[in-house]
Amino acid sequence: MWRPCGTFDDTYQSDMAIVRTPAQIGLLVGSLVVLALLPLIVSGATITTVNLIALSIISVQGLNILTGLTGQISLGQGAFMGVGAYTLMMLMNHLAFSYWLALPFAVTSAGLVGLVFGLPSLRIKGFYLAMATLAAQVLIPWMIVNVRPDLTGGTDTVNIPTPSLFGVVLSNQGSIYYVIMFFGVMSIFMTRNLARSKLGRAFVAIRDNDLAAEIMGVEIFRYKMLSFFISSLYAGLAGCMWALWMGAVNVDAFSLDASIWYLGMIIVGGLGSTLGAALGVIFIRLLDLGVVPLGATIAALFPPMVENAIKNGTGSLIFGLVLLLFIIHEPRGLAHRWEIIKHSYRRWPFPY
Amino acid sequence: MLTAQFLITGVLTGGIYALIAVSIVLVYKATRVFNFAVGEILTLGGLVFYSFVVWCRLPLLPACLAAFMMAIVAGSLVERLVFRPLLGQPILSIIMGTLALAVFLKGVMLIVWTGYTSSFPADMLPGRTILVGRIAISHELLWSSVIALIALVILGYFFIRTQTGLNMRAISEDHELSMTCGVNITLCFSITWILAVILGSISGVLLGNRIGLTPVITPLIALKAFPAVIFGGLESIVGAVVGGMAIGIIESLIGGFISPTVGEISAYIILLIVLLFRPEGLFGLERIERV
Repeated sequence: MWRPCGTFDDTYQSDMAIVRTPAQIGLLVGSLVVLALLPLIVSGATITTVNLIALSIISVQGLNILTGLTGQISLGQGAFMGVGAYTLMMLMNHLAFSYWLALPFAVTSAGLVGLVFGLPSLRIKGFYLAMATLAAQVLIPWMIVNVRPDLTGGTDTVNIPTPSLFGVVLSNQGSIYYVIMFFGVMSIFMTRNLARSKLGRAFVAIRDNDLAAEIMGVEIFRYKMLSFFISSLYAGLAGCMWALWMGAVNVDAFSLDASIWYLGMIIVGGLGSTLGAALGVIFIRLLDLGVVPLGATIAALFPPMVENAIKNGTGSLIFGLVLLLFIIHEPRGLAHRWEIIKHSYRRWPFPY
Repeated sequence: MLTAQFLITGVLTGGIYALIAVSIVLVYKATRVFNFAVGEILTLGGLVFYSFVVWCRLPLLPACLAAFMMAIVAGSLVERLVFRPLLGQPILSIIMGTLALAVFLKGVMLIVWTGYTSSFPADMLPGRTILVGRIAISHELLWSSVIALIALVILGYFFIRTQTGLNMRAISEDHELSMTCGVNITLCFSITWILAVILGSISGVLLGNRIGLTPVITPLIALKAFPAVIFGGLESIVGAVVGGMAIGIIESLIGGFISPTVGEISAYIILLIVLLFRPEGLFGLERIERV
């Protein structure tokens, strides 16, 4: 791992530690305290947004393992979230499971479905793999709507029973905040550790050159499948969190658009970077939120007939534009910008 | 009888898919970009034509010309602003570039044309449904397959007989080699994108004439050209036409005999099967990789 000049590790433990410098410990403790106290400080609407950001981070970290580390492009992350959310809903509504009992089943089922749609990755990559995952993204919502509408509710929004934890009923955003944030922080921590384990290094080897990786003894098929499985586990967890966040499930939330947004978040954040995936989610979600008043202001200048159209369109327009600018001008994303800022701070007043 | 009816409808619908598929293959062969934005591009083309016909009340021929001009402008803009900066970038950046373009165009269309369905006037194309024996052939579908056929013939002539067509075929073989032989490669990329947008716009108009255009839903219908492309092979224009027809026929047969909802999804099931067992498609090139 890269370390600035003058920082030494004299034991094996400190060399392997994930939190290594006093500044990092301070930042970690500080941010955990802020996160723990956040619901007491800010109002309900802000907490709703923070929850959405946290659950998107879970999903995007999963996609980051698959796309950023292993280099397999997936347009199906939204659909795999849907598998998790709908499995959870069906277990809770039809088999009377509690939320916490249904959660592991839902997460595992999303992982298994991801595994099935990852199978073509044995022979294909690049555009072809994007096609295969696109097929998943079309087939899964179709199955949700058409196969057993009596169980899934078809296109309708289906409520789930309100879960409770340690005697606290998780009925408002402030109380589910701790659940979602716990899993969000855990997902960041686990991804960070996974990236520097044997598994993560195998993934990176496959990304950089799969044939070379195979020659060096990385079993491509096994690791690609693992990557799909882990990524879909994250997606399933994010889907369950989504169901908790909405108190309901609806197939529209798990569309192709959602998948494209998740991919866009990793691009904006920086491919393969754990920090970047989190930054990308925060940036895009806040941007999307900031655009709403802008769209409303512009829409107010026009007759009411086109007003709604402008409100609907500005979100996509700005997201597409920002994504294009990032891909063209900063393909390494916000994480790379952050590195540049860190370096110039360290080396100040020297320019390099 | 019923089978013949479904077959005919399938072939006629397949013509539109074939046109979209050719637009994708054209871009892929020349620039190695797989155009995920094709759905949005064709919807935009169709909507531009719609505005000339309905908003400006132009007669059919001037409207076609105006839409043609717009397609040329749009095609060169797309190439210059989005895909030239992305030359030589990794495949993920290019895929994301086309997806970002798609999202951007969707936003533009939602703002300008709203999210409601824009339908062409019912009597835009002359004629009415023809009955051959007991098989009904809708004149709109007949028109669209005739137009698609004409477009494909012109395209074939362009590739086989003109110097630019020859240059473009050279580029699809090898970028660097054709550059050393004096082919202006950036110009060829521009022409490729312009051609792709024109083909897309034609299919957008044909699709819109049948079922109306919606910025959100029409691109999803156009996505069915992807299975067609993979089925026929990514490198083959003939394959794209065959694939488009095949997808049209299969969809129509399954939709007719099993159920319309299964018909909707059949193209993607075929896509998965093709990807699992013969990823290079019917006429594509098998790829050999070396370290």
